[in-house]
Amino acid sequence: MAEVNERANIKLPVYLDNQATTPTDPRVVEAMLPFFTKKFGNPHSRSHAFGWEAEEAVEAARSEVASIIGADPKEIVFTSGATESNNLAIKGVARFYEDRKRHIITVQTEHKCVIDSCRALEQEGFEVTYLPVRPDGLIELDVLVDAIRDDTVLVSVMGVHNEIGIIQPLAEIGALCRERGVFFHSDCAQAVGKIPLDVNDMKIDLMSISGHKIYGPMGIGALYVRRRPRVRLRALISGGGQERGMRSGTLPAPLCVGLGAACRIAQQEMPAEAERTGMLARRLYDGITSQISDVILNGDAEKRVPGNLNLSFAYVEGESMMMAVKDLAVSSGSACTSTSLEPSYVLRAMGVDRELTHTSIRFGIGRFNTKAEIDYAVETIVDHVGRLREMSPLWEMVQEGIDLKSIQWSEH
Amino acid sequence: MTATPPIYCDYNATAPVRPAAAAAVVAALEGLGNPSSVHAPGRAAWAVVERARCAVTSLAGAVSADVVFTSGASEANNLALCGIAGRRPVLSAIEHDSVLAAAPDAVLVPVLADGRIDLDALEAALAGSGRPALVSVMAANNETGVIQPVAAVVAIARRHGALVHCDAVQAVGRLPLAFDALDLDLMSLSAHKIGGPAGAGALILRQGLELLPQIVGGGQEKRRRAGTENVPGIAGFGAAAAEAAGEVAKIDRQAVLRDRFEAALGALAVVHGTLAPRLANTSCLSMPGVAAETQVMAFDLDGIAVGAGSACSSGKIATSHVLAAMGIARPLADAAIRVSFGWASRDDDVDLLVDAWKTLHRRVAGEAAQKSAA
Repeated sequence: MAEVNERANIKLPVYLDNQATTPTDPRVVEAMLPFFTKKFGNPHSRSHAFGWEAEEAVEAARSEVASIIGADPKEIVFTSGATESNNLAIKGVARFYEDRKRHIITVQTEHKCVIDSCRALEQEGFEVTYLPVRPDGLIELDVLVDAIRDDTVLVSVMGVHNEIGIIQPLAEIGALCRERGVFFHSDCAQAVGKIPLDVNDMKIDLMSISGHKIYGPMGIGALYVRRRPRVRLRALISGGGQERGMRSGTLPAPLCVGLGAACRIAQQEMPAEAERTGMLARRLYDGITSQISDVILNGDAEKRVPGNLNLSFAYVEGESMMMAVKDLAVSSGSACTSTSLEPSYVLRAMGVDRELTHTSIRFGIGRFNTKAEIDYAVETIVDHVGRLREMSPLWEMVQEGIDLKSIQWSEH
Repeated sequence: MTATPPIYCDYNATAPVRPAAAAAVVAALEGLGNPSSVHAPGRAAWAVVERARCAVTSLAGAVSADVVFTSGASEANNLALCGIAGRRPVLSAIEHDSVLAAAPDAVLVPVLADGRIDLDALEAALAGSGRPALVSVMAANNETGVIQPVAAVVAIARRHGALVHCDAVQAVGRLPLAFDALDLDLMSLSAHKIGGPAGAGALILRQGLELLPQIVGGGQEKRRRAGTENVPGIAGFGAAAAEAAGEVAKIDRQAVLRDRFEAALGALAVVHGTLAPRLANTSCLSMPGVAAETQVMAFDLDGIAVGAGSACSSGKIATSHVLAAMGIARPLADAAIRVSFGWASRDDDVDLLVDAWKTLHRRVAGEAAQKSAA
């Protein structure tokens, strides 16, 4: 009976897209509210208490952000989000050192904004190496070692992958980069607050942080910029000289406070939360795979962030699958590219079969998901995959023993 | 702070968030998806962004144009100046730092003693070179409130094939200002200057104008500005824009406050920019012989917040490049503060401000008299 009641309380659609964005934690909202209305000063106003009060709150938030990655508050630059942080880190460092070094290394499966920043630099005459990944999504360290050149200025590898949730070996990469005198940038938008990170242990020189991926507000992020040994960069947004000249523009005090609160909560609750979301992900995976066959987990099974599952369902059509599971807010890949029908470039780089890239679903389980929601998701997926396979000529062909790989697929 | 409710007279630095804007922000914070996601929470977020876009379009009188949401006006100004490729930047000497710094090699056009751009000098600067220019002139100055002759600037620019960008951060909501009617090419706006939240702004641009994105990766904002939209910020911006649009006609209320303030000080103060039309809410004035820093600290102790120049130059209070460009000599320029009113300003604010100003003036004058007597 309890279960029925709990089931009846599920709010539809069930939100399982926490890698696209997370709901803002009510505690974060509460921390932010006074700074919209009562404490509304411009933190750069040096002439009155309104400004000082805002500045004090911004600096406290800066310390909270620094703390979760083991950094010094002076090494934190607030930005409008992780996309800006990634742009600033990659373009900013490359442009600052362009007289001496003109080569950058990144990975084929990085977030679009890392890839596009690198593409922009290629147009400016920089050379970029895009490392391949193994079928499990991880990079091969030997391949990275071979790619580093005397004129390599920066290696950019993300911490936790936004689509497939795998965790790259940051400490190993950091050690390699430090040894070769190359700066190491990591897009940790999906990693902060989900896995333990320490910029010194991992020898990370620049790290991108997002607010809205860690139950903080949208419109705010940060870039960690190491001071010893010092990393310098050319600003993308210039003007008032805020953030020690690295990022001009009035700091949005409520958003900074929100990011700080989100980091503080994440730091306190990370161990318990990781265990809980990991348990829910296992429940989802076991629930689905115990009832239907031909479900493929994309990305390494062990080295992945708790809460993420990226599954491909063979023999169903991707678009019909997404339509069918409309009571689940999930995505077929990254949110930024989800309006396009292109299959995921990430899965393709991993060598996932083309037909399977069309039927992948990313489940992002977060802080506010419940067991009942996961059970509902299992039921929904099992029902619809079963139904779609009943209607699928592919499934029928497979049941008849035809090898689908022998078929020439037309582009669409 | 003092026991009496503090008085805020620094709206040109930032404005308190309007209740309607705060409500919109809070509503958006409570459970919306990523606007790029195709599921229901994502579509709901998308709808919030698009409704706000309409409100901003309407405030700016830019029905025919595109609105690109940014993290604020500094980003919008940088995007305008860096995103228009292959043009020679020509700026007024009194532009905001985020315009000046985005185009360090620009030609600077001087202003006249009244604080308005020298149109003859602009004409000469545009006639000079073969390469087409991008002119950037703000609608109204953040420090003095002096309103710039934007229509005349556009007319001159058109004769020379130049594009025009207008930083309208301080003017929007305070002046009847229409992007379409002025025939502008680009315009920057800020949410937090009109009672919206900090962290949202917009670059408005003529449809079809090619703009190189400065932040790439992800197709948001028609590929002109990547990054997940700041949905709550944009929602608040929209709500503030809707209210601000309705207040332009009632801006005289702020002029009454400002004029009463200036009249009460009479000849004791030197008010800057009065030879030209000014924003109704702004007063830039010197207390001769008293450093701006001394004044703002004294007023702060009285629980009154005013500005010393622009709030942006982080750290020190430097001599204003705006007053310098108007030919105002240093001792007087360094004694200038900025008083700016806004949507929540009250009649009482003016009385208390006048009292505080006069008290400080008497005290300093008394000290000076004692010194000369001793």
